[in-house]
Amino acid sequence: MAATRRLQKELKEMQECGLKSFRDVHTDENNILSWTGLIVPDNPPYNKGAFKIEINFPAEYPFKPPKINFKTKIYHPNIDEKGQVCLPIISAENWKPATKTDQVIQALIALVNDPEPEHPLRADLADEFLKERKKFMKNAEDYTKKHSEKRPSD
Amino acid sequence: MDSDEDMETFEVDSGNESSSDDIGFNIEDQNQNPKDRQNDIEEFVFNVLSTEEIVQHMIDCIKEVNIIVEIPATTTRILLNHFKWDKEKLMERYYDGDQEQLFAEARVINPLASRSSQQPSTSSSMSSKAKVSRRCPPNSEECEICFTLIPSNLMTGLECNHRFCTQCWCEYLTTKIMAEGMGQTIACAAHGCNILVDDATVMRLVRDPKVRLKYQHLITNSFVECNRLLRWCPSPDCNNAVKVQHVEAHPVTCKCGHRFCFACGENWHDPVRCSLLKRWIKKCDDDSETSNWIAANTKECPKCNVTIEKDGGCNHMVCKNQSCKTEFCWVCLGSWEPHGSSWYSCNRFNEEEAKEARGAQERSRAALQRYLFYCNRYMNHMQSLKFENKLYASVKEKMEEMQHHCMSWIEVQFLKKAVDILCQCRQTLMYTYVFAYYLRKNNQSTIFEDNQRDLEAATEKLSEYLERDITNENLANIKQQVQDKYRYCDLRRKKLLEHVHEGYEKESWEYMD
Repeated sequence: MAATRRLQKELKEMQECGLKSFRDVHTDENNILSWTGLIVPDNPPYNKGAFKIEINFPAEYPFKPPKINFKTKIYHPNIDEKGQVCLPIISAENWKPATKTDQVIQALIALVNDPEPEHPLRADLADEFLKERKKFMKNAEDYTKKHSEKRPSD
Repeated sequence: MDSDEDMETFEVDSGNESSSDDIGFNIEDQNQNPKDRQNDIEEFVFNVLSTEEIVQHMIDCIKEVNIIVEIPATTTRILLNHFKWDKEKLMERYYDGDQEQLFAEARVINPLASRSSQQPSTSSSMSSKAKVSRRCPPNSEECEICFTLIPSNLMTGLECNHRFCTQCWCEYLTTKIMAEGMGQTIACAAHGCNILVDDATVMRLVRDPKVRLKYQHLITNSFVECNRLLRWCPSPDCNNAVKVQHVEAHPVTCKCGHRFCFACGENWHDPVRCSLLKRWIKKCDDDSETSNWIAANTKECPKCNVTIEKDGGCNHMVCKNQSCKTEFCWVCLGSWEPHGSSWYSCNRFNEEEAKEARGAQERSRAALQRYLFYCNRYMNHMQSLKFENKLYASVKEKMEEMQHHCMSWIEVQFLKKAVDILCQCRQTLMYTYVFAYYLRKNNQSTIFEDNQRDLEAATEKLSEYLERDITNENLANIKQQVQDKYRYCDLRRKKLLEHVHEGYEKESWEYMD
């Protein structure tokens, strides 16, 4: 199966290159189509924690895009309460089969670090982000401390 | 690739399942259609094209441009599509503007530049990534989609030189075509590359006849939809399109017999204009349960009015209508451009607006009575029109009966003429109620309502005459009465339409909001 072969290689490369901001990449023994990993952002207010994500690849991968879900709650204009994220490069119409998972992850990390209030999923947070930055930062930081995963020590 | 030859192949499987067996049709034939008897005074030239003829027309358009610009036909097609098949606009930009920018906008590699810059032998061993070829055994490359080492002769790509194996290409194109219904706007499979895949490449890489057929449907469809001078016949199962010289709200008749307004595609709706009819139809539809859902879950594209369901994602909408692609804000329906970073103001729960919305709801309850009045009459005429076939059949019977009462064939034709006129009157009346519903009261509207009442009364009389029993004694009498009545009806109908058109010219009509 094309998906399996490619995902095995991608997973191996991903685990070998050891990204600092994306770690603990695991996959289900029986199902290479489902990955989990830990996003470790650099920018405040998210640099106080880490966020678990799940990546689900369709059987048609790489001809159809993967789906990303946040398993850790996050206070972010582009990620909703259910953990869904609006990431253009994995939308069906923009998806390219030659796009690699590590490029998707890079885009995701960039989005977490620098929210894009002009494409919000949570309008209220985008509003706060733009108009009351201080308040937003404090809320997001408190939320991160309360809900997020522990950051790896190194 | 030899473009001419590709065109030829394309022409053969034109994407139409039904072969055209109606070659013999011509314009004169249409006039024999009973629905087409409304002799419009002004001339409005149009042609009906079968799917084959549409494809031929598309090829002709490309050729016509190619004679002048001399670039590959596949590139011309993409450029033309970019300009919604407006040849003049393309020529203007091609010769007056920045060509590099033009090609970039249309998402193709400049064929003139690439020809000169490429090495003379663009053999299959050429790779954009020297690094890759160094790592690989000779004459093979790694496909960046399936991550497999593939012999170079099985790798291919567009002018942008992003190469993938033919199998992955085929899979990619098939997914885009079958799952997403994309045709003209499929981009190169490389990450971040927006160069479009031309039709010849698709046809070369995709072998499955089902996928090829769908692709041809999609690009023929985008040709018709993008092209302002073409419109599909809206009749179900009809594969024809109507081509006009200039866009105008005017009745056109397809070879299938369906008569419709070229500008909006609805049944010919004189005296009401397309925009009001569109509002009316939406309003009528909104009365059903499903339309409650439509009201709650959909909006219309602010530019092309196509109905859009938002199925997730953010408020930055891009209309999927091939010929529109407007970017707008789901919340306020304003253009997206000014939103940038201040989009949020349109999301505010505005107290004033909320009050207004509540008030509007109350007003709409009162308005409901008024609406029902017009709607009932509109529906009534529509229902009667639907019995048109039954009426023609019963009149045919009567005509035969009369011929037994020593009338000649020619002498009984007046009955058919009467039904033709009756139908025209009903159709006009039906749309007068739409017009009237939106009309604000003034002197002219009073005259209009008088005209409408006259026509309606006369039409009902005519309808009654046609249902009468025919006996030997009253035969001559009936003929006289029917003829007088239909002449009167026809006259009243024309007067009513004239009056409305005059009102349009003098701008004497005022509308309710």
